[in-house]
Amino acid sequence: MSRIGKIARRSFLVGSVAVAGGVAFGIWRYRTPYANPLQDDLPEGAAALTPYVKIDAEGVTLITPRADKGQGAYHVQAALIAEELDIELDQIAVDPGPPSAAYWNGALAEEAAEFMVPSDGMVRGMAEGVVNASMKFIGLQMTGGSTTVPDAYLKLRQAGASARETLKLAAAQETGLDVGELRTEGGAVILPDSTALPYTRLAAAAAGLDPVQDAEIKDPADWRILGKPMQRLDIVAKSTGTQDYGIDMQVEGMVHATVLLNPHQGGALNGFDASEAEAMRGVKAVVPITGGVGVVADNTWRAIQAARAVQADWGPSPMPATMEEHWKALSDSFTPEAQDSRKRDDGNVEAARNGAELVEAEYRAPYLAHAPLEPINAIVRIDEDGAEVWTGTQVPRFVQQNVAKIAGLDPDQVTVHVLMIGGSFGHRLEDEVVKQAAEIAVQMKGTPVKLTYSREEDMMHDFPRQIAMARLRGTVRDGRVDSLDLGIAMPSVMGSQMSRQGLSVPGPDSQIVAGAWEQPFAIPNQRVTGYRAPDLAPISSWRSVGASSNGFFYNAALDELIHAAGADPLEERLRLCDDPLARAVLEAVGDMSGWSGPLGDGKGRGVALTRSFGVHTAEVVEVTNTDRGIRIDKVWVAAEVGRVLDPVNFENLVQGGVIFGLGHAMNCEITYSDGIAEQDNFYSFEGMRQFQAPQIEVRGLENGDHVRGIGEPPVPPAAPALAGAIFAATGTRLREMPFNKFVDFA
Amino acid sequence: MKLTVNGTEHEVDVEPDMPLLWVLREELGYTGVKYGCGVAQCGACTVHIDGEAQRSCQVAAADVWGPVTTIEGLGTPQALHAVQEAWIEHQVAQCGYCQSGQIMQAAALLSYAPDPTDQDIDDAMGGNLCRCGTYTRIRAAVKTAAAKLQEA
Repeated sequence: MSRIGKIARRSFLVGSVAVAGGVAFGIWRYRTPYANPLQDDLPEGAAALTPYVKIDAEGVTLITPRADKGQGAYHVQAALIAEELDIELDQIAVDPGPPSAAYWNGALAEEAAEFMVPSDGMVRGMAEGVVNASMKFIGLQMTGGSTTVPDAYLKLRQAGASARETLKLAAAQETGLDVGELRTEGGAVILPDSTALPYTRLAAAAAGLDPVQDAEIKDPADWRILGKPMQRLDIVAKSTGTQDYGIDMQVEGMVHATVLLNPHQGGALNGFDASEAEAMRGVKAVVPITGGVGVVADNTWRAIQAARAVQADWGPSPMPATMEEHWKALSDSFTPEAQDSRKRDDGNVEAARNGAELVEAEYRAPYLAHAPLEPINAIVRIDEDGAEVWTGTQVPRFVQQNVAKIAGLDPDQVTVHVLMIGGSFGHRLEDEVVKQAAEIAVQMKGTPVKLTYSREEDMMHDFPRQIAMARLRGTVRDGRVDSLDLGIAMPSVMGSQMSRQGLSVPGPDSQIVAGAWEQPFAIPNQRVTGYRAPDLAPISSWRSVGASSNGFFYNAALDELIHAAGADPLEERLRLCDDPLARAVLEAVGDMSGWSGPLGDGKGRGVALTRSFGVHTAEVVEVTNTDRGIRIDKVWVAAEVGRVLDPVNFENLVQGGVIFGLGHAMNCEITYSDGIAEQDNFYSFEGMRQFQAPQIEVRGLENGDHVRGIGEPPVPPAAPALAGAIFAATGTRLREMPFNKFVDFA
Repeated sequence: MKLTVNGTEHEVDVEPDMPLLWVLREELGYTGVKYGCGVAQCGACTVHIDGEAQRSCQVAAADVWGPVTTIEGLGTPQALHAVQEAWIEHQVAQCGYCQSGQIMQAAALLSYAPDPTDQDIDDAMGGNLCRCGTYTRIRAAVKTAAAKLQEA
């Protein structure tokens, strides 16, 4: 049974559905063609409650399609519901829901649209419609692009408010009292005489009512939970070793597997000899899979040891043999034929160059592994009438479809359990590990196969961040930046990523210029051109995607011109800034850092601002040039996110994003030789360590109308702010990451 | 062979060279101990042997020279160790995967340096990688834990 009220002004409605012993409230999107993920036998049109809150005799449960990889996605969604439902945070349980096309991520589609069309209202509106339709077609239930908060902010509060008012209605009917006399608190409807009727008791009755559609959500001024420091729901488990991740999951009767993949990335398995491996203790099977061998044992270590004993005949990698050739493919791509987009072309950069001294520079950003600390893993069990998957994933819908294909089943015969993820940074947008576990499991039907990568396999077969190159031609006039002409070449991240799902991405790839073309600086003559390099290494979304390289390129180029103009990096950015939200974050970091020009004494400061994922983030980095190398002393960050929903987690994510950006800029790259990644563990891909970590002061600004996620935006400005600081301290201009090719770090 | 883990004696039948990490995780079920790199580069597998912090991925089962304490034996959600209390107070964790090792390393540090300087923290914690970048909070939590232990 289900109820949907009449169509309201909003683009979505709150729906409810009776579930065993209670009721579930969720968002029903008008015109959505998808079936309800909760119940298959709903009447037509009564579909798609997502995400939703379930209330039954057991309590209140938030069913969410979003993956939690450490960013606190479960927690913030629970807080949104708890706020409106008038329950405490510890009264709400969180359950990752089944994969379903109904969990469509609207915010990600908007983000994609924003960077795919000019900001012309009419054209933009049409293009967004097209993008949304294709996203729906894919059935994109995806966690990514810092979209969890924007996507959930209104939907979850509305669902919570509707549930609260409908429960009050149920209480009113039961007691004969007027709804206006009732209030809610602590998970119960409170009668005028202070009697508390718990939601758990009212749930079944509420299932029989039309959900209240016009329930008012709270004014942020009245918030009890949101916007205030709160304890993350998972913080005790994660401080006591009691948080189970995918790698800790145990299923009755499971075996432990690992893979030995062709080290020549993308190469085939021509044959293998497993006789030595098969004779080793605990080894149960050695089986061929796509591009490698699966080794099954009774213990993960035994599987890893046995994998090292397999002799395999590997085919070559399709990618260029040397890094010189990779870079040449990029430098050869600055051509009219390879032009992918020119989203910005203000003034006339060519005319501005007439008679002016040209500032030219070339910038490079390397491949980077995601390397979350939990090696990727998945459990898959396949038998004749179904399959079950246990894994941490950001793309459960793809997982379901891919396992179905390998097992020869329909997608709805595949159950996916989404587990807690020990870090992702985009790594869990790939599902090769699940496909490989399925390829092994289909060869041993009925047995749950737990596949765990060794760190070496994980790092060598991480689909890394794009390699990228940029070229600047710019001019200054009368002490001001007058023209900036930036060309950026990289292979298509979206094309590479979607190709592994058998999908093609038509049209320009907005990520090639993301973080560069849309920056809030009114340089009189400004042009940003994207060039699509051919496919090289298979690449994937890496925390902040295109902006992770382009935020460096744009700010480094701007710094170069500001220096040529003899201006101050912060003052000239403020003078050029044409967006009040961006200006506010620049002013904030200037104020926080007490910016007052050059520091002297071997110290230097750099500043950068990147608009990415709709968030303006400004960072000031201060370094000292010590006799042991560059020491990063302090970082100040200001970011505009509309609303800071959880100030503690916000600060933590910003600090982490800064360290992520700085650490990789300092010392990380993945290089390939004959298609083999030359870095296979943390000794050659280190990132930042405790003794290098600066103090990081964070300020969240709330001037904008849109609530934004903060997972990715702190990353892009970190590298250029560091480069600017090193230039100020040493006079060395850094144009290529990682910087430890050119300077030492203490 | 025999192993004492968190005060309980276990008899295990494994190869002498199986790393303690895998004995703990897969033979005995102490999954709070994490596999991150297998080569002593990340510290996620840190446990105490005879009270000293050790990378359990580098200790062969046959070589374990004393009683082992894992994160599960340091404290529990119902009976937290002071370091765990501090980790919760500062809300250090993001993904949390490295934090078992960070906490075990910090607890060992405080056992020999009850009032650690920043240099002590740098020296002791430098081998524990956090890919989420929670270092700022780890430093603060170590200092809070030190204060808690000194009050106690």
